[in-house]
Amino acid sequence: MGSLSLKNIHKSFGDVEVLKGIDLTVEDGEFVIFVGPSGCGKSTLLRIIAGLEDETSGTVEIDGELMNAQPPTKRGIAMVFQTYALYPHLTVRDNMSLGLKQAKVAKEEITTSVELATSMLSLEDYLDRRPAELSGGQRQRVAIGRAIVRKPKLFLFDEPLSNLDAALRVNTRLEIAALHRKLSATMIYVTHDQTEAMTLADRIVVLNGGHVEQVGSPMELYNNPANKFVAGFIGSPQMNFITAEQVGEKNAVTVGIRPEHISLGTKKGDLSGTVSHVERLGGDTNVYLDCGSAGLISVRMFGEHDFAVDSKLSATFDPSRIYRFDAQDNTIV
Amino acid sequence: MAAQTTMSRSPLSQQSFRAIAAHAILITYTLIALFPVVIILINSFKSRNAIFRSPLSLPNSETFSLIGYETVMKQGDFVLYFQNSLIVTVSSLAMVLLFGAMAAFALAEYRFKGNLLTGLYLALGIMIPIRLGTVAILQMMVASGLVNTLTALILVYTAQGLPLAIFILSEFMKGISDDLKNAGRIDGLSEYRIFGRLVLPLIRPALATVAVFTMIPIWNDLWFPLILAPSEETKTVTLGAQVFIGQFVTNWNAVLSSLSLAILPVLVLYLIFSRQLIKGITAGAVK
Ligand SMILES: Nc1ncnc2c1ncn2[C@@H]1O[C@H](COP(=O)(O)OP(=O)(O)O)[C@@H](O)[C@H]1O
Ligand SMILES: [Mg+2]
Repeated sequence: MGSLSLKNIHKSFGDVEVLKGIDLTVEDGEFVIFVGPSGCGKSTLLRIIAGLEDETSGTVEIDGELMNAQPPTKRGIAMVFQTYALYPHLTVRDNMSLGLKQAKVAKEEITTSVELATSMLSLEDYLDRRPAELSGGQRQRVAIGRAIVRKPKLFLFDEPLSNLDAALRVNTRLEIAALHRKLSATMIYVTHDQTEAMTLADRIVVLNGGHVEQVGSPMELYNNPANKFVAGFIGSPQMNFITAEQVGEKNAVTVGIRPEHISLGTKKGDLSGTVSHVERLGGDTNVYLDCGSAGLISVRMFGEHDFAVDSKLSATFDPSRIYRFDAQDNTIV
Repeated sequence: MAAQTTMSRSPLSQQSFRAIAAHAILITYTLIALFPVVIILINSFKSRNAIFRSPLSLPNSETFSLIGYETVMKQGDFVLYFQNSLIVTVSSLAMVLLFGAMAAFALAEYRFKGNLLTGLYLALGIMIPIRLGTVAILQMMVASGLVNTLTALILVYTAQGLPLAIFILSEFMKGISDDLKNAGRIDGLSEYRIFGRLVLPLIRPALATVAVFTMIPIWNDLWFPLILAPSEETKTVTLGAQVFIGQFVTNWNAVLSSLSLAILPVLVLYLIFSRQLIKGITAGAVK
């Protein structure tokens, strides 16, 4: 119940090729996240899965059934939109039940489904309100409720949290994670935020410029990025990239090291520079070291540290955590 | 300079000055716009001599006279003219709104070959007045036997109103979020229901605006009734009022009375639409 298979999906808008051959399989019950910079085609791919957009070529299968010619309602999917997309003239209850009414589901069954979803999302007090009378977070929960009520094989989320403020975003993220465990449904979730991707996903699909850069679990992507793009995209602060000559590396073009795998000291290390800025976050301290021709290196240290700006320090890399990239930006294993 | 010093001294008086200025401008405009209407109304209740002696004064016990209204009621079949005008205006309006909204939805919502070209073709009608085609239209109506029928007028007015309606409505429809329509599609709404239940309610203010803009020229038109449907049974109010304007003698009492009467129905329609307009605007504001 709820597997997905995409084969060689291409999509062009006029002359512009937006998706350049996407192959992907999603197992039943998996939480898969599409992540990538804005404009890389994530939403387009999601809309193709939903049937809201026609693929130029390629096949979409849900539960082993070819879906290319099926309209959205027949695909067993539900979608949560970035803008919530609630029906402005309907109450919360009617927003949630419209889909089932259209599908001619029995009244009692609709009532129980709606009740179940509202209690899951603690929306009981708002059932008779219109979307205009709800806060952003509540609207987003109604949108999620509307998806749950349909009991889909496949949940599709398109950047559901990006219109919420930071605190609410963390809360809703936890709720979505809990929901996935409770429903054990297949979920496909689009975001441009790598933190969201790392915290929620069973598997992450990194998209860039219309093709898949790498597919893997969050830790696989973190520990074994296939190329420089994935290495730079996953992890925060971003991985440092240094031209190989700067650190005396002969077999690579670029060397990458994550900020958390660098230690600072006064003894001679791999690079030396002057402190240009220090960010103290309490739990972490981020130090930016200006290393001249090697560029600005960010270093993430745990706990509180005090470094004077303009003081000279040297950076030592954890040798087991250095990534090497060739001229095509692929990782050298 | 002066405005700046006022503002720094007391923003409140600046504000009230602005409010007064705005109101003064609007009131002046209203007076100018209403002046001819009021003149028609007050003179329609006066005797012929009084109309010419002091056109600006209100009717008093001496000059008050309903002779104009009596003439209108006696001569010609004004109830029928009114009925004709209403049938033509309301039917054309309904067709313009229905077909205009449907065409606008197709142009705004679907990507198809010739979408842009179709849109441009329809927009041409805004720039080219339909009266340029009068001769061809008359030939067409003669050929199809529609001369001296209300149908002829309804068809012509529908064609006349559609271009602007499509243009305005499609711009509004492009502003409606795709996500909302897509949510409807996932919930299994047909394209007709998405059009009727999601899109139309959201563009109600635009519909009301288009309705007002479409209705007034139709109601006031003299040209097409005169050419396409001048028979006694199909006369509209504006055409009916012409019987009192003679080449040598004009019955001003009757002309003014019939014009006053002609204002009423269109005023009622306007009030209906403007209420919709305000409803739509306030509904949108709290979205
Ligand atoms: N309807 C459309 N017509 C033309 N171009 C489009 C359309 N929808 C999306 N695009 C283009 O496709 C690319 C990918 O868009 P999208 O899938 O929305 O990106 P993402 O969701 O990853 O930010 C963008 O460059 C966008 O301009
Ligand atoms: Mg997007």
